[in-house]
Amino acid sequence: MQLYEMTLHQLSEMLADKLISSKELTQSVLERIQSLDSKLNAFITVDSNGALKQAESVDNKRLKGDSLCVIAGIPIGLKDNICLKNMRTTCGSKMLENYISPYNATVAQKLLAADAVIVGKLNMDEFAMGSSTENSYFGVTRNPYDITKVAGGSSGGCAAAVSCGEVIAALGSDTGGSVRQPASFCGVVGLKPTYGSVSRYGLVAFASSLDQIGPVCKCVKDTAIMYSAIVGGDKLDMTSQNKEYPNFEVGQKDLKGLRIGLPVDMYENITEPDVLERFENAIRLLEKNGARIRRISIAETGYALPAYYVISSAEASSNLARFDGVRYGFRAQNIQSIDELFVKTRSQGFGDECKRRIMLGTSVLSEGYYDEYYSKAVKAAKMMTHNVKQLFESVDIIATPTCAETAFDIGKKVDDPVKMYNSDIFTVLANLTGVPAISVPCGCAGNGLPVGIQLMADSFCEQTLFDAAYWLESLVNAPERGCEDV
Amino acid sequence: MSDYETVIGLETHAELNTKTKIFCGCKNEFGSEANSNVCPVCLGLPGALPVLNEKVVEYAVKMGLALNCTINSVSALARKNYFYPDLPKAYQISQSYLPLCVNGYVEFLYNGSISRVRINRIHIEEDAGKLVHSENGEDKTYIDFNRCGVPLIEIVSEPDIHSSGEAVAYLKTLKSILRYLDICDCKMQEGSIRCDVNVSHNRKGGPLGTRCEMKNVNSFSAVGRAIEFEIKRQKQLLADGSSIVQQTRRWDDIMGRSFVMRTKENADDYRYFQEPDIPPFEVSKQKIEELSALIPQLPNIKIIRYVTELGISVKDAEFIADNIELSAFFDECVVSARHRPKSYCDWIMGELVKYLNSHSISFGQTRLTVGGLNDMLDAIANGIISNSAAKKVFEVLLEDQKSVDEIINELGLAQLNDISQLEVIAEQVLSSNEKSVQDYKSGKTNALGYLVGQCMKVSNGKADPVRMKEILLSYLML
Repeated sequence: MQLYEMTLHQLSEMLADKLISSKELTQSVLERIQSLDSKLNAFITVDSNGALKQAESVDNKRLKGDSLCVIAGIPIGLKDNICLKNMRTTCGSKMLENYISPYNATVAQKLLAADAVIVGKLNMDEFAMGSSTENSYFGVTRNPYDITKVAGGSSGGCAAAVSCGEVIAALGSDTGGSVRQPASFCGVVGLKPTYGSVSRYGLVAFASSLDQIGPVCKCVKDTAIMYSAIVGGDKLDMTSQNKEYPNFEVGQKDLKGLRIGLPVDMYENITEPDVLERFENAIRLLEKNGARIRRISIAETGYALPAYYVISSAEASSNLARFDGVRYGFRAQNIQSIDELFVKTRSQGFGDECKRRIMLGTSVLSEGYYDEYYSKAVKAAKMMTHNVKQLFESVDIIATPTCAETAFDIGKKVDDPVKMYNSDIFTVLANLTGVPAISVPCGCAGNGLPVGIQLMADSFCEQTLFDAAYWLESLVNAPERGCEDV
Repeated sequence: MSDYETVIGLETHAELNTKTKIFCGCKNEFGSEANSNVCPVCLGLPGALPVLNEKVVEYAVKMGLALNCTINSVSALARKNYFYPDLPKAYQISQSYLPLCVNGYVEFLYNGSISRVRINRIHIEEDAGKLVHSENGEDKTYIDFNRCGVPLIEIVSEPDIHSSGEAVAYLKTLKSILRYLDICDCKMQEGSIRCDVNVSHNRKGGPLGTRCEMKNVNSFSAVGRAIEFEIKRQKQLLADGSSIVQQTRRWDDIMGRSFVMRTKENADDYRYFQEPDIPPFEVSKQKIEELSALIPQLPNIKIIRYVTELGISVKDAEFIADNIELSAFFDECVVSARHRPKSYCDWIMGELVKYLNSHSISFGQTRLTVGGLNDMLDAIANGIISNSAAKKVFEVLLEDQKSVDEIINELGLAQLNDISQLEVIAEQVLSSNEKSVQDYKSGKTNALGYLVGQCMKVSNGKADPVRMKEILLSYLML
C-alpha cells in the first residue's frame, strides 16, 4: 500500500512511531499530484518546495523529541478561497488570478501552528458558486472515479484530491452543500460544521450567514481529527461561538437507541433509483445495529432551495462588490472613467455564474423587491430553523441522501442553472438552519459511482454525527477507490 | 409668499474620538502618513471580518442619552451598498432598521426662547477613505484609507427647524454637547463634524413639502449660507408657480450656491440588509445606567438655566457654558451662594477671561478656587480692598495658592479706613493745594475730584475713596 492511499490517523501513528517521515509522505503525495493532476485538475497552485521544506522542519522537530499534534507532518490542501500568506488565493476566478493575501485565515493559522504540511490550493467553482467545479476560471476538476464526470462542487478540488490521494485531507467551504456534495460524488467524507463553530476569518466570503469551513477526509475518524484541529471561537469572527469544544473522537458509542428521522416526503426529489436503494440499504444496516428509525416530515422544506438562492445571492452581491479593480486583483484596461473601471473590470473579471448571482442578489435586495423576496426568504429560513430545532427534540439524526444523483457528465448542466441548483436540494437545509451535516459514502451505484448519505444533527452535536457516521462507515462497504487507472 | 413655512432637517455626522477604529484595532488618528493606519479589515481585503468596537457603542449611547433618546435594547448593523473608490468593501457598515438610539429631543436657547428639535435617531457607522486628486497636472487620483473605519455617529433630526439661524444654533448645541461628553474632537477643519441639510416648504398647517437635500456642507457658517440659498431658490420656484422637484444638491461654498447632483429618479438604491458578519447586539439596562451616570449637566441646559434662573446675559451664558471648566467653576460659585451669580459672572467674563487669553492657558491651569474668589468678593464688600486693588489680588489668586488675607497683607493693599489717618492726609493735601480749594469754594465742583485723586496718590491708592471724599467735603464746608 502506498503512503498516499492511507488515512490520516494511520499516517499520524506511523509518523509518531517514526516508521515514516513527513518528507517521505509529502513526496508520496507530490508524486501522486505529478502523475494525476494533469488529468484531474484538482489543484490551482501546488507548492512542492514549500511543502517539502515544511515536512523537513516537522521531521526535525520530531527528531528533537518535540511533542507534536496529531496532524503534524500530514499533507493537507486548502480550497482556494482560504487565505494563506505567500500563496495566491484565486477563488477560482480571473478576478483574483494573481492575488496573494497578506494574512493567514484563522484555520490556516491553526493548521500551521499544528505543523501540518500545506501542499497547495485546490480548485473550486468561482467564488464557491456552483455544484460541479465547472465554473472555475482554471478549468473543471474531474471525478477520479470517471474523468468524464464532474467531481461536484464547489469544493470539487478538495474532494477529488482527497479521493485519489493527492492530499491526505483538505479544508473546503460549504455554503449550500459545497463540501458534502463533492464528497458524495468522489466517495469521501465531508463535514459542514455547525455555523459559528469554525472561524470564517480569512475565508473569502460568498454568503456570510451560510458559509462554513469544513474538512474533506478519507474516513470519519480523520474528519473528527481535522474538525478538532479547526474548531473553536475566534476573536476575529463575531459570528464564531466561543465555547468549550471537546476533542472529537469516534468509536466510543454504539448505535443502540440512536433516533434517526427520515424525511420521506423529500425522497420524491431523488432522480436515480440506485441512490435511493443505497440510501435505504444504509438505513437498514443502521436499524439492524440498534438505531431507531422513524419517518418524519420537516415542514416548509419546499422553501429551502428558493430561500437559499435568494439569501445566498443577496449576500454574495454585496460580498463580491469589493472586486472593483481599484485596489487589487484584475483591472480592465483602456478605461476613461471610474464608472467604466467598475463596469469593465467586473464584466471581464467575473464568470457567468457569478454575474448571474450578483444580478439575482442585487435584484432581490432592491427597493420594491426586498419585501417580496429577501425578507420572505429570511422569514422562511427562520421558520425552518425553528422547525428543525423542534424535530431534534424527538430525533438525534436526520438522514437523507446527500444528493439526488451520482456524479453527472461534465457539461451536462452548465446551460441549465436551475437544474444545477436542484443539485443542492438535500444540503441547503443544514446551511439555512445552521446545523451540522456530514456526508458519508454508502456504496456505489450500478454505474460504479459513489453514493453519499447525509446525516444532520442539532447545532453543536457534531459528536453525535461522528458516532453515527463511524458505525455507518464500518457497516457499509466503502466504495472501491477508482482512481488507480485514471 | 409669507404663507409658506420653511422646514429644515439635519443629518449630522460626528467622528468619535475612540482610540481605535470601529471594526479593527487600527489607530483612529487624524493626520498620519497616508495609508499607515490600515489593516486587512479596514482595507476590506478578501476574507477579513469586522469586529465591533464596544467603545463606539458606549460613545453613541452617551450621545443618545444626552439627546433624551430611547436606547434600543437590541440593535443591529446593516450594509449600505454602493460603489465608490474610497469605499473598499463597496458597502458601508451602518445601521438601518434597528439603530442604537431613537426618539429623542434637544432643547436650546434661540432668539430668546427655548427651541426644541426632536431627534429621529442616532446610529453608528464607519467612515470612508479620502480621495486625493493630484494637483501637479497629472491625471491621477490617490486614495488614503486611513479614515476608513473611523467611527461615526449620524444624528438625524426631525424637520423641526425653521430658519438658518436656528439650524446653526442647533448644530452649535450638538457640537458643545459632543465636547462635553468628550466623544468627538469637534475640529471642523478636520471634518470631524459634517452635515447634510434637508429643506422644504409647506403652507402653514399643511402637509410637508417636497424636500431637497444638500451635501458637502462643511462648516456651520456654510450651513447658514446653504440654507439661505435653498430657501430663496425654493421660494422663488413657488412664487413662479413651479413645484419643487426632489433633488440631492451639492453645496459649493466658494461659488455660494448649490448644484444638482441627482434627482429622485436616479436616486441611489443602497439595498440595505442586515450585516451578516456582526450579530445583533444588546445594550443592557445596567450599561445604560452606568453611562447615564457619567453624563454631566449639558451646556444647552446650562445656558437655559443661566439666563432664565440666574439672570445672566445670553452672550455671557453661552460663553461660560461653552467652556466645560469655566462653567463647572461658575456652577460651584453659584452653589456656594456667598455672592450674587452676576458678580461671579462679571469676574469670570472680565478679569479671568482676560488673564486666560493673555496667557493662552485654560482655566484648569490656574489656581483659582471658589473659596478664594468668594473671600476676595467679601473683602470688596466689606470695604477692605478697593475694586482696583481687588484686580491685583485676583491675579495672585490665579497664580498662587495663597489666602486673600495673605495677599492683601503682602501687597499692602488694605484700604485705609481709619478716620484719623484719613484726616491727616486730607489736611496735608488741602494745605498744599490752596488753589484747588479756592476753586472749589468759588463753585468749581470739579476741583473735588482732583483733590480726592491727590489724596489717593498720597495714600498710595490705599485710602477708601468714598470716605476720603466725605472727609474732604467736611473740611471744605468749614
